[in-house]
Amino acid sequence: MGIEARERRQPWILLAPALTSVTLLLFVPLAFIVVYSFWLRTATGADQAGFYLDNWQEALGDPFYRDILLSTLRIAAITTIVCAVMGYPAAYFIARSRGNKAILLLMLMLPFWISYIIRTMSWINILGVSGALNWLLQATGITGEPVQMLYNETTVILGLVHFLLPFMILNVYVALEGIDISLEDAACSLGSTRWQSFLEVTLPLSLPGLAAGGLLCFVLSAGTYITPLVLGGPRDAMFANLVFEAIITQLNWPLGSALSLMLLAILGGLVLIYNHFLGMGQLMKGLG
Amino acid sequence: MGWFLIRGWALLVYIFMFLPVAVVVLLSFNASQFGSFPMTGFSVRWFIELAGNDAILRAFRTSLLLGSLTALVSTTLGVLASLALIRYRVPGSNLISTVLIAPILVPEVVLAVALLLFLNALSINKSFLLLLMGHVIFTMPFVILVVQARLVGIRRDYEEAAISLGAHPVQAFFQITLPLLAPAVFAGMLFAFTISFDDITGTLFWKPGGVETVPTQIFAMLRNSISPEINALGTVMIFLTVGLPLLGMAVARRMALQRGS
Repeated sequence: MGIEARERRQPWILLAPALTSVTLLLFVPLAFIVVYSFWLRTATGADQAGFYLDNWQEALGDPFYRDILLSTLRIAAITTIVCAVMGYPAAYFIARSRGNKAILLLMLMLPFWISYIIRTMSWINILGVSGALNWLLQATGITGEPVQMLYNETTVILGLVHFLLPFMILNVYVALEGIDISLEDAACSLGSTRWQSFLEVTLPLSLPGLAAGGLLCFVLSAGTYITPLVLGGPRDAMFANLVFEAIITQLNWPLGSALSLMLLAILGGLVLIYNHFLGMGQLMKGLG
Repeated sequence: MGWFLIRGWALLVYIFMFLPVAVVVLLSFNASQFGSFPMTGFSVRWFIELAGNDAILRAFRTSLLLGSLTALVSTTLGVLASLALIRYRVPGSNLISTVLIAPILVPEVVLAVALLLFLNALSINKSFLLLLMGHVIFTMPFVILVVQARLVGIRRDYEEAAISLGAHPVQAFFQITLPLLAPAVFAGMLFAFTISFDDITGTLFWKPGGVETVPTQIFAMLRNSISPEINALGTVMIFLTVGLPLLGMAVARRMALQRGS
């Protein structure tokens, strides 16, 4: 075999294990649940193979599922907006700081590494009936009785923002770092104010980073079921909770498949739209 | 004036990120038996109770084993794939990259459901093996992203110089490329370990009954109420997950410096 042929074959040998794994552990299973979603859960508990539309009719038609889907999208949208509003100035501060940027970034990465479940439950220590805030309110005499501030939609959003904010800041920071700072100076020297030069030069140039951060925040918050279980009340279930219920609690796997695919279609659709307009490059920059 | 506001805002954001975590650490040293304010005194009793809690120790062992195996497998797969994508001109490399990154573009819940149902159909039930496969598939994209970013910076000239001086390609790989690659491999393993160690979304779907990892154990304990023991466990986790990567970064920097001199 010639050297050229070997050169051509080698990368495929290197890629084979990873590609095989992704195919067998992701793409084939996804195809499988597409088929599974048309099966039927029978009263005896066995799954009946075939082509039934029942699960899809239930998943798409039942107002219960539709309401939870809408409130999931609403929660994800609010979380994303709050992350953007909180995160953009912070990212701008890090990018334009004359201090030690590496330390500032590292400080941001630290909570990123801390376990998601611990960061989520840490809010119980702050907002719970016997938490820090209630203790403070009572110690200062503002309230006599402990106030229940937990277990509602607001605390779910709070937990999600706390979890996702570093994703937003990191993506915006990467975009801001890529902007030549002299552009802003040029705008100023041509007569615009700092604020104008920010609005007309820096902000538009950083939009791809903002969009990448926004996509991550939206997709990750719309797919969560742990945060509502820890910080939400019984009425704050999100769509992924329905999937978990169907699969793990009710063992209705065909219905769970249909619900999963619905979530995939909506969130995957967003990723595809993003990819079409902005490409994956920006997103990968922020992740890697 | 504007900069002053931005700085103040950034400071508030940092406080928002750190305050709840700081409270967890603070409360874990609280002598009070309810795990809440006010602090009644400094005590390490909750850490001692933690060390005697079999369920938690078991969860720790499971998480460590799972994280280590995940790091090993997913870094091996990821490094090989990254080498192919960076070092060779592969037709359709953009598509291949997207395919390899796909596991993090699919919501984790959906990945969890698909893998669970498919492997169940192949009679692979909820088990440690299923957990391992799941963790490998969603950590590998992160490894590939990290390793690729580092690999771009390593010039191929060194390897080619070695080969032109008479080294066998395999020899050149092990003696030249791999040592240069070591920080990237190390970073990838650390990343994979941390993500696996922290995962709960997929793990709750895949874990067999009775097996708990640290996050699922904490989750199960939260069902009752928040106890000082959870805060103590949280503190241990915080020091582990923050300390390990910091240590890793220090080692990687030391390795890079040594080679530079």
